[in-house]
Amino acid sequence: MKCRVCRGPAVIDLKRHNANFCGEHFLRFCNSQVEKAIGEYDMFTKEDKLLVAVSGGKDSLAVWAILIELGYQADGLYIGLGIGDYSDISGQYAKDFAEARDLNLHVVDLVEEYGYDVPNGSKAAKRVPCSACGMSKRHIFDRVALEHGYDVLVTGHNLDDEAAVLFGNVLHWQTDYLARQHPVLPERDGMPRKVKPLVRLDEREMAAYCVVSGIDYMLDECPMSAGNSHLRYKDALNLVEQNSPGTKQAFFHKFLSQGAPFFADAGEEARAELGTCATCGGPTPNDVCAFCRLVERAGGQPVKLTRAPARS
Amino acid sequence: MIVELRNPTRTVEFDEAMSVAKLLNRLKVDRGSVLVICDGTLVPYDSKLAADAVVEIRNVISGGAA
Ligand code: SF4
Ligand SMILES: [Zn+2]
Ligand SMILES: [Zn+2]
Repeated sequence: MKCRVCRGPAVIDLKRHNANFCGEHFLRFCNSQVEKAIGEYDMFTKEDKLLVAVSGGKDSLAVWAILIELGYQADGLYIGLGIGDYSDISGQYAKDFAEARDLNLHVVDLVEEYGYDVPNGSKAAKRVPCSACGMSKRHIFDRVALEHGYDVLVTGHNLDDEAAVLFGNVLHWQTDYLARQHPVLPERDGMPRKVKPLVRLDEREMAAYCVVSGIDYMLDECPMSAGNSHLRYKDALNLVEQNSPGTKQAFFHKFLSQGAPFFADAGEEARAELGTCATCGGPTPNDVCAFCRLVERAGGQPVKLTRAPARS
Repeated sequence: MIVELRNPTRTVEFDEAMSVAKLLNRLKVDRGSVLVICDGTLVPYDSKLAADAVVEIRNVISGGAA
């Protein structure tokens, strides 16, 4: 197998692109896909201050590495979720990555700062762990971005993640979620813009990016993820992809270009209903947001969102 | 060859040399869901693995929903 660019020996075959690459040209391919996504969806510029949510896994470390490589100003944020050894080890990967590259990493510990962890918080709030976890993470992303004056919050969601979420939203016709499913969520009431620069790259490509560029990442899965519906949707899509390479990409990207406009009204309605949480100041359709209710049920302390002084 | 797999962590041994494609077939692993790593480098599906190679099959599907 030969590299599509230099005809040297290839290290990876990408069926959906019908292309093989050597290590060097594969890394360049990934960088160019990220640049393309940033441009295509007008995500951010080199002047913006970016905060990358890092979990210690392949996607978030890879997106951080690529953004730095492309010359963006990007700091990291790691959240200790209190999920036993999994959290301790993944936190170490994030810290080692930042230290080795002399990058700035913010660390927030859920137990220390809010008084609960994901396993107990989800039980207390009677929510599945991933729901309690996602809610906590989103709140802390906003909080750290506001406190430190970041313009944009970057997450490592890749094409497989987005296609699986889309599949789930379509199976249940969640029109309000479909309206919000986009690689860019605009800033609103001072909350940072949220962007997903990896939407043109799939999971295997991100893992390969890490192997080829020498990034050590957390290989173990979060113990809370076993058997969740997200994984089942991924399996189902991968079955289709095996026989028809490129299906996932078409499913997600054609949704964005052709399907999403049909759901725009549902999104407008949901946005119009949003007010401000009486406890933390975050966006919510209720008096108190779901995150603050979770913190209260888990016996923890909510933290108010505060804004950094405006930059000159 | 010695093949290391994860989730659950296990080791499988084969006596003969074979291609990556054949190895994945034998193990019934979809090549779109894994990377094959030999001596710290990625190996594509058509490359030949020596009878004494030590190979890692790394799953790439993660489960986080948020
Ligand atoms: S799998 Fe679920 S609980 Fe675990 S880190 Fe991801 S979202 Fe949180
Ligand atoms: Zn090349
Ligand atoms: Zn709140």
